[in-house]
Amino acid sequence: MSMPETSKAMLEIEGLRARIGEKEILKGLDLTLRAGEVHAVMGPNGSGKSTLAQVLAGRDTFTVTSGKVTYDGQDLLALPPEKRAAAGIFLAFQYPVEIPGVGNMYFLRTALNSLRKARGEEELDAMDFLSIAKEKMKLVEMDPAFMNRSVNEGFSGGEKKRNEILQMAVLEPRLAILDETDSGLDIDALRVVAGGVNALRSPDRAMLVITHYQRLLDYIVPDFVHVMAGGRIVLSGGRDLALELEKKGYTWVDDQVANGTFSAPAVASP
Amino acid sequence: MTDALRELTEQKYKYGFVTDVDEDRVPKGLSEDMIRLISRKKGEPQFMLDWRLKAYRHWLTLEEPTWPNVHYPKIDYQDIVYYSAPMPKKKLASLDEVDPEMRNAFDKLGIPLVEQQRLAGVAVDAVFDSVSVGTTFKKKLADLGIVFGSFSEAVREHPALVERYLGSVVPYTDNFFATLNSAVFTDGSFAYIPKGVRCPMELSTYFRINAQDTGQFERTLIVADEGAYVSYLEGCTAPIRDKNQLHAAVVELVALDGAEIKYSTVQNWYPGDKEGRGGIYNFVTKRGKALRRSKISWTQVETGSAITWKYPSCILQGDDSVGEFYSVALTNNRQQADTGTKMIHIGKNTRSTIISKGISAGRGQNTYRGLVKVLKGATNARNYSQCDSLLIGDKCGAHTFPYIEVRNRTAQVEHEATTSKISEDQLFYCRQRGIKEEDAVSMIVNGFAKQVLKELPMEFAVEAQKLLGMSLEGSVG
Repeated sequence: MSMPETSKAMLEIEGLRARIGEKEILKGLDLTLRAGEVHAVMGPNGSGKSTLAQVLAGRDTFTVTSGKVTYDGQDLLALPPEKRAAAGIFLAFQYPVEIPGVGNMYFLRTALNSLRKARGEEELDAMDFLSIAKEKMKLVEMDPAFMNRSVNEGFSGGEKKRNEILQMAVLEPRLAILDETDSGLDIDALRVVAGGVNALRSPDRAMLVITHYQRLLDYIVPDFVHVMAGGRIVLSGGRDLALELEKKGYTWVDDQVANGTFSAPAVASP
Repeated sequence: MTDALRELTEQKYKYGFVTDVDEDRVPKGLSEDMIRLISRKKGEPQFMLDWRLKAYRHWLTLEEPTWPNVHYPKIDYQDIVYYSAPMPKKKLASLDEVDPEMRNAFDKLGIPLVEQQRLAGVAVDAVFDSVSVGTTFKKKLADLGIVFGSFSEAVREHPALVERYLGSVVPYTDNFFATLNSAVFTDGSFAYIPKGVRCPMELSTYFRINAQDTGQFERTLIVADEGAYVSYLEGCTAPIRDKNQLHAAVVELVALDGAEIKYSTVQNWYPGDKEGRGGIYNFVTKRGKALRRSKISWTQVETGSAITWKYPSCILQGDDSVGEFYSVALTNNRQQADTGTKMIHIGKNTRSTIISKGISAGRGQNTYRGLVKVLKGATNARNYSQCDSLLIGDKCGAHTFPYIEVRNRTAQVEHEATTSKISEDQLFYCRQRGIKEEDAVSMIVNGFAKQVLKELPMEFAVEAQKLLGMSLEGSVG
């Protein structure tokens, strides 16, 4: 599509299998992302979308049993979560976590400075940080009052999601993974959040947008759409695939999987 | 949790060194003769000796309390050295003459006794084992009529003040450990702020146990006369020893009409090792008496000691008086803490606030025990209590025992309590944002304790924050 086939892959997932306890959730997943691309991953509940996001970010409640994930040429699975963050991976959480007593601004500055330190860059003082944060807050139309409140404490669902996008804007990742960022948002909040995400699209940043509904993709228009079922990507295509899916429903995918129609990805991963 | 956290949390106790100074120490054991000897060594007036002996005789009739939620082997009170002092070469003319070994010890603790103090703006009284070794800024304070220095000195130079207020808040009959302290206490700090004077700097006492097998029994008495204000800081550390050492201190605060006393403690006595060997038994009685329109505020950050047993309390005797208690108690490894406060409302329109934050890690056991008592005459008394517990790992415990006794219908008493855990979700969230696990734990714990930490004077707050992060030794679940 938009990127030439020859451009180097940023993220390459091959045959990824992962389980939680005894239950296998990812069952041989393949996916490749290049800089500048926005990929949407759709699928019914329980298909393994969120697990994929968590495994990529390094959550240790999941055990990777086989497969390979290469990020910028290095073995991603060998890195602890904070090193993945330092390498430029950001996960916008489906359920952002509350941290009582820790100021939102303080948290974000600590995060940014941790990343800068890990990269051998100078840490920012409070004043420099403040001016960056203020600028980015406009992106998600966030009231500055939120910055002095505790991290996500007492935030509404929409405020939490906006806060995630604000963090993303400040931390400037190379690979952003958005895990059901649209869940629990009303239409106005969705527009604001999507606007923030779109503003962060850039030729050297890749995004993996995980969603249950095609609705989000009206606002964040992806370059590629993948459909997950049973822990694998069973169908890949362009923007239109999401619309088709919307029309036919996930049962259509389930039926195809059950019939063995998708024994291999129907459309080769780009 | 990961290796990174394990590494951080297994940091050794930083203040565990022993200083080599000549000691003047008495043989182990307790008797009337021993008390006479201590009193003579200190050159005390007769009233002090009489008071000590009365306390001792009363102590003999008391039983060691068993109601606290802490467990330890029986203490042999004849196996303790009750007096140990760094050997004085001669009477010190100035702080410059303090034994260099000892000065060095305080420097290592970050408590410079000399010039740097001027910049910090804190007047320090340093108590080494049982004896005060030096007080800074004496003259400057004296110009304002403020008396600040060692208790022994106060007994000699201001006997009338001492006689008037000693035991007026914590009588020698009060409880087993306070009574023992009354009999054998060897030094401590004394402060008197005259009428209407606002003490221009923080007053601070730094307690250090150095000698082996000694008990430390210090006594602090602070009197703020009408309309006076003082902020007082207390810090403590001890060397690493295999045997437990007893610290039974008494602190009495007297806030006369319209006075305000703010008392802050950062307690970092040696907590014992990971298996619970050694460490200080910190059995302390702290109480303040607040007269009309006065205010007493206790803030404590308790991270040390094998066992902590203390309830800094306020007797709100005067109308419109205010009592506050802000506490962070952290127990890790095998540490045990049973701590809280008593707010006794006697006067009309008295108000009290209790904010208690207990943090348990490792196999630590943390108990909040508090009493809010509203007497018959305390019309319109108000109390607000909040007790929060934070658990790290699954082998520690948090316990809350709030007692409320109300004898006046106009009283309003509120109590809130929560218990939470540092969750894997919180840690992962922080780490995903690039924050290392140990920094995340420290950040979450400090966030939890923030309400209390913000009550501390600035320079202490920074120290306390670092201490909380450091004290999570072995907190791997």
